[in-house]
Amino acid sequence: MMTPRTMFEKVWDSHVVLQEPGQPAVIYIDLHLVHEVTSPQAFDGLRLAGRKVRRTDLTIAVPDHNVPTWSRDLPITDEIARTQIETLDHNCAEFGVTLYGLDSPNHGVVHIIGPQLGYTQPGMTIVCGDSHTATHGAFGSLAFGIGTSEVEHVLATQTLLQHKPKTMEVRVNGTLPAGVTAKDIILAVIGRIGTAGATGYCIEYTGEAIRSLSMEGRMTVSNMSIEAGARAGLIAPDETTFAYLKGREFAPKGDLWEQAVADWKQLATDPGATYDRVEIFAAADIVPQVTWGTNPGMVAPVTDRVPDPATMADVTARAGVERALEYMGLKANTPITGVNIDRVFIGSCTNGRIEDLRAAAAVIQGKQVAPTVYAMVVPGSYQVKIQAEAEGLDQIFKAAGFDWREPGCSMCLGMNPDILKPGERCASTSNRNFEGRQGKGGRTHLVSPAMAAAAAVAGHFVDVRNWK
Amino acid sequence: MQGFSQHTGLVAPMNRENVDTDQIMPKQFLKRIERTGYGPFAFFDWRYLPDGAPNPEFELNRPQYQGATVLVTGQNFGCGSSREHAPWGLAELGFKVLIAPSFADIFYNNCFKNFMLPVVLPAEQVAKVMRRAESTPGYKLTVDVAAQTISDGDGFSVAFEVDAFRKHCLVNGLDDIGLTLQRASVIAAYEGTRPAYRGA
Repeated sequence: MMTPRTMFEKVWDSHVVLQEPGQPAVIYIDLHLVHEVTSPQAFDGLRLAGRKVRRTDLTIAVPDHNVPTWSRDLPITDEIARTQIETLDHNCAEFGVTLYGLDSPNHGVVHIIGPQLGYTQPGMTIVCGDSHTATHGAFGSLAFGIGTSEVEHVLATQTLLQHKPKTMEVRVNGTLPAGVTAKDIILAVIGRIGTAGATGYCIEYTGEAIRSLSMEGRMTVSNMSIEAGARAGLIAPDETTFAYLKGREFAPKGDLWEQAVADWKQLATDPGATYDRVEIFAAADIVPQVTWGTNPGMVAPVTDRVPDPATMADVTARAGVERALEYMGLKANTPITGVNIDRVFIGSCTNGRIEDLRAAAAVIQGKQVAPTVYAMVVPGSYQVKIQAEAEGLDQIFKAAGFDWREPGCSMCLGMNPDILKPGERCASTSNRNFEGRQGKGGRTHLVSPAMAAAAAVAGHFVDVRNWK
Repeated sequence: MQGFSQHTGLVAPMNRENVDTDQIMPKQFLKRIERTGYGPFAFFDWRYLPDGAPNPEFELNRPQYQGATVLVTGQNFGCGSSREHAPWGLAELGFKVLIAPSFADIFYNNCFKNFMLPVVLPAEQVAKVMRRAESTPGYKLTVDVAAQTISDGDGFSVAFEVDAFRKHCLVNGLDDIGLTLQRASVIAAYEGTRPAYRGA
């Protein structure tokens, strides 16, 4: 009888190419996602050393981080950004890598198009030079972000040298209350365990509240694992997963599909398997979350107030909160619902999928964006955009006064022209509220799509559970 | 870039927690396709005033820390984005050793790829180094990678942990792609066992 294993251990074990004593494991990589920002230096490295891409069939590329979200017919005016996008084009042509370029009907944010095209599958190892690669863990794949040196290593060898992380179960029991979403779950988790709470761990999300999420909601949860310090966050594949994948362009077909599903059903953590650490949450206790500070762990329920550093005993923690409140331009004890906003961003690999747009549209239907607010929607991919337009969501957004844009990472990280001005305050469905993340001096509050949409209309944060 | 087995250098204190890679290397500099030239952009938003002049309030701009090669800082240093541009920038600023109570995983790994040593020490030891660096002009530490010790020659000496393989690569300045490619036959053998539905 085999020792009971966690899902992480099963995926890990089946990908160890070589494990020598005292050495990191050599892990095989099933899917390598490449984008324009973290790959040029890796391709250069290959060229300098006269190396090839080992498995072009397991590698796909897409420019997403720095692309403008204005009409694709307009030129890219930022020369440095344009050069970087063209460099990806050239590198893919030279090394034989499949590219989903700006003119592709499948263009989009890398973590949106991987699942959408059926590249992302249970039990895989998936890497990308991007920390939000954790998104793909929603399918029960071991997916994590890597640096550019490792991108080069994977391109050249289709493997990575890895030290085995510890395992952490994050269990969310019970049923989510109405108006509370996957985004609120993950923000509440990060708020409790902290931004370094899962450093060195691979998370597995379990429990009824996770199981009842759609694939899109699960991706939102896995996506922000890195914001708790975990490189990866897995969710066991089930019928929801299989139903999502079946028939997608690069998902297995026919007999191979049957074989794959049979294998995928074996991936779930065995009864009796143990994690190195367990954190338990009750879904019923989670209320819509709003970040108030400069990292995703600085978060509070919308019903709460901005914290008061004067009440904090720990000197370093107090200094951190004081610095954050100063940057954010917030006074201690201000009710969260009393915070006015200037901008709204709906999009990103965290919340740029069709269900996110539906949730936001449902909130604003028949309403108007507050006159003091500029709000934009950036679909996560071209296919999401087409789907939304087919459903008439774009009309709802436009009628309410939202700007309806082309896909890309956009204001999640502000590498393209979509940025905040100094001092501007933004309700954002993205994943990081670091200083300057959305533009130097910009102030970011992370929220769910429904909360962002409601804030756009109200001009300040509101509890979407009471929205009428 | 070169590895090293021993290093003595001036210590700069950065008494902040959760310094993320967006601060270490802001996004506007990630559009470059080069691997070098990031030094002037490290900590850009903290380091310069709006008119481009150095911000005198920023700790690394203080005269006494010019030429520092050892950075001592707070917990969870390097959190957030996987951008290797962050360690590239730090390395170009001259840093060879980073000391903190904890580092973010991806950043920690990226440092070794650039022959920079991140050292995790207990919080009270980091606090001690921080105090000495802040109060002792010209405060230096000697880091012996081989022996895995850090000392200041004035009563402070502490051992640290580092994974044997990473240490080997750091000390010998090794390119791990070359090492892995020596295993090409093992990789090929593994590929023969992959399920058909993954493209074998």
